[in-house]
Amino acid sequence: MRLTINGKRVQVAVHPMKRLLDVLREDCELTGTKEGCGEGECGACTVLVDGAPVNACLVPVAQIAGARITTIEGLRGRHPLQHAFVEHGGAQCGICTPGMILAAVALGKKPTLDQIRVGLAGNLCRCTGYSAIYRSIDAVTSTARRNRGDRKDRKERPGSRTKKPRTRTGVTR
Amino acid sequence: MARATRAVGRNVLRKEGASKTSGAAKYIDDLSFPNLLHARTIRSTIPAGEITAIRFNFDTAGFTIVDFRDIPGRNIVALIEDDQPCLAERQIRHFAEPILLLAHEDRETLLAADVQIDYSQTAPIYDPAASPMVFKKIAIEKGRVDDGFALADVIVEGEYRMGHQEQLYIEPNGVVAAPGNGVDDDVGGITVHGSMQCPYYVHKALMVLLGLPGEKVRVVQAETGGGFGGKEEYPSIIAGHAALLAKKSGRPVKLIYDRVEDLIATTKRHPAVIRHKTGVTRDGQLTAIDIDVLFDGGAYATLSAVVLSRGVIHASGPYRCDHIRINGRATMTNTPPNGAFRGFGAPQTQFATEVHMDRIAEQLGLDPVRLREINALRPGDTTATGQRLGKDCSALPVLREAVRRTDFKRRRRALAKTNRGIGLSLFFHGSGFTGGGEVKLASKASLVLTDRGARILVASTEIGQGTRTMLAQIVADTLGLPYDDIDVNAADTGIVPDSGPTVASRTCMVVGRILQRCAAEMRERLGRLTPRQYLKKHGPLVITKEYERPGEMSWDDNSYRGDAYGSYGWGCDIVELEVDRDTWEVKPVAFLTVHEIGKAIHPMLAMGQIEGGSAQGLGWALLEEVVMRDGHMANASLTNYIIPTTLDTPKMKVVMLESPYQHGPFGAKGVGEMPIDGPAPAVINALRHAGFDLRAIPATPERIMQVSTLKSQVSSVEAQRSHALRVQT
Repeated sequence: MRLTINGKRVQVAVHPMKRLLDVLREDCELTGTKEGCGEGECGACTVLVDGAPVNACLVPVAQIAGARITTIEGLRGRHPLQHAFVEHGGAQCGICTPGMILAAVALGKKPTLDQIRVGLAGNLCRCTGYSAIYRSIDAVTSTARRNRGDRKDRKERPGSRTKKPRTRTGVTR
Repeated sequence: MARATRAVGRNVLRKEGASKTSGAAKYIDDLSFPNLLHARTIRSTIPAGEITAIRFNFDTAGFTIVDFRDIPGRNIVALIEDDQPCLAERQIRHFAEPILLLAHEDRETLLAADVQIDYSQTAPIYDPAASPMVFKKIAIEKGRVDDGFALADVIVEGEYRMGHQEQLYIEPNGVVAAPGNGVDDDVGGITVHGSMQCPYYVHKALMVLLGLPGEKVRVVQAETGGGFGGKEEYPSIIAGHAALLAKKSGRPVKLIYDRVEDLIATTKRHPAVIRHKTGVTRDGQLTAIDIDVLFDGGAYATLSAVVLSRGVIHASGPYRCDHIRINGRATMTNTPPNGAFRGFGAPQTQFATEVHMDRIAEQLGLDPVRLREINALRPGDTTATGQRLGKDCSALPVLREAVRRTDFKRRRRALAKTNRGIGLSLFFHGSGFTGGGEVKLASKASLVLTDRGARILVASTEIGQGTRTMLAQIVADTLGLPYDDIDVNAADTGIVPDSGPTVASRTCMVVGRILQRCAAEMRERLGRLTPRQYLKKHGPLVITKEYERPGEMSWDDNSYRGDAYGSYGWGCDIVELEVDRDTWEVKPVAFLTVHEIGKAIHPMLAMGQIEGGSAQGLGWALLEEVVMRDGHMANASLTNYIIPTTLDTPKMKVVMLESPYQHGPFGAKGVGEMPIDGPAPAVINALRHAGFDLRAIPATPERIMQVSTLKSQVSSVEAQRSHALRVQT
């Protein structure tokens, strides 16, 4: 069966009903995709199939023959969201992080807080309470907005603040 | 020497952040071993009884099969009591009790193996109040409660209940055991890699189970996908199982639970029934507090005794009262054992206290803030165990800050007779092991001088909370070296000393302090030399220190009097929520918390603990219900056991106050557990404000419908009565 994984064409000889999750982890040695529940509830195994987020634990590999798949390894550690999740506390234990980042990539460049909350509702995180994840995503999208000189959506900056610092970083007034 | 930037108090980058976000971090299921066997646990399907026969309905060729007779040491899970077998011999005390272990190199063949077990069943015990077996009883007595009640104008009583809660780390429990200790290739030894909080707990349990000396057993923590207490004591069992299979087969064995097995078989928060009887004067002063605490321990003792201990010590809440009596007990039921979960008994007891306080305020016609202001502990006051609080007692400051920031009193008036309610809770949480626990642990930490700076050797684990980062910050600033030049060794018992378990909000305050002392001595030894110069001139330098109890602390385990904890954190939560009057769904719409934590070593990580713990508390309050049917979890899947998603979690506002503790590193106290103490009572108090008198959690739509139906029945009866009266007149 042929697949394009992280831009590379690969051929795997596996049972057609094997879960995409296992094909990635076992046959392609891409262990960045995690299993949290195996029933499509937690989203830890989220990967992008032709750009759309799917739970790799629910997909028999035969169903996506020929598709383009992006796993966390495909972002090569260079996607701005990956650094933002470190810088803004979006990653704690890290087990939901690969799936969470890929689901966030699928939100596009300029999601509103509501779009983020709906878009990530299928990805469970037990560590953060989600606020730091919103802050991580917002740091990237607000940088993107600033770089384009786009001043809209400011009011929707999500998340809480500590007592100090009082100034919001990354926003030019 | 490069001039060091101060790290403490700054949001430096998390040590393992890049590996976690790139997918490179290796969790237990990501590790590969040559010649690996997969493993499976065969468990009981009855809650109580005896095994009468075991039959293998499959071809056993190629399988490694282990039962209790394969245990070379003692068949116990060594922890506090020696009551729990690693593998059942004959007696069964709970559903999903491990009986047999199978291993095979092919996973499909392994899963297809059919084992039939016959039992003779006995009547199970499900009611902890009716259980004949008591794991632990604790009594706390301060003053004379009867005298206190004599001083009261009003006596308020109440009973509060809560069920199990599952930790629900997103990575299930798992280990890999391999023959040999990896050092001298000794085949008699064993190495276990796993997802865990406490490598030395596992180490001790394996020594006892396998009958091996310490140096033959090596335990290495893999990157761990969350713990919350659920990987405190349980990994000792799963590690024992994998080790037995590895010993018998002579091959590495991987044993990883799927979600269903993890939910059914592993520990949960203790269900509790807590009764309060409180004496209070008409102007709101507490004169007597009498509390009865009952915890359902499940089938074996595990950590129930110490969970109960923390529970009863926190049971009277952050309040001053001269006459307090607290009686606690944890009993046996034929359900899977309950164990550690963030907060460790204190969330249960403080839930009851805080809901009860709002009921007292209601009976007195007092504002709930005012009642708390009158009774909150101040510096110089004593707790239930007689501990005199220092200057860092912050019950009033957190309360006032939270009330001020939300304009609570005005908001409460504005929301009256709407679909919304607002409620608060005031709470505290002791940092470190209870009573003499830290002295008994005698934790050690080491610091090794490296070319660039220093390497930290501790058994304290990174499980998401930021252990490596926070400890490196403390060491960096004490040494006067850059944060980037401090690294942290893997938690590997073959290399690191026993710095105690990663639990009890102790890692920063207790282990951080030991490391700070190591670093202070290292700095002195270095003098004006750089690390490289020192190594060249004097050779290797390793500094190891042990926990030292602050001189003024004392504790008596027999009378339960004294300084229960080195210090306490203080918190106040305020929740505003909306009730849908058609579906009875509750949606928290705003959440503010004020936490006083001594010093935020890394403000962003500390805030991560507070936000995450608060979200777990909101889940416990509103969503998370373990349905126990015939002694086992009937809703063991993520489809049916609901934890908060993005859409269930409100926007959170976190305020951190700092009132330094003199024996904490840079003034730090613990922060990990406290955030889960407050949300549930704040939610129930907000529901009370909205007109719903709940005494139990979770506040599911079903429960709210029950109390509202009750209310409408009462009011319709009253309406009929007044109608009848009007007709008569």
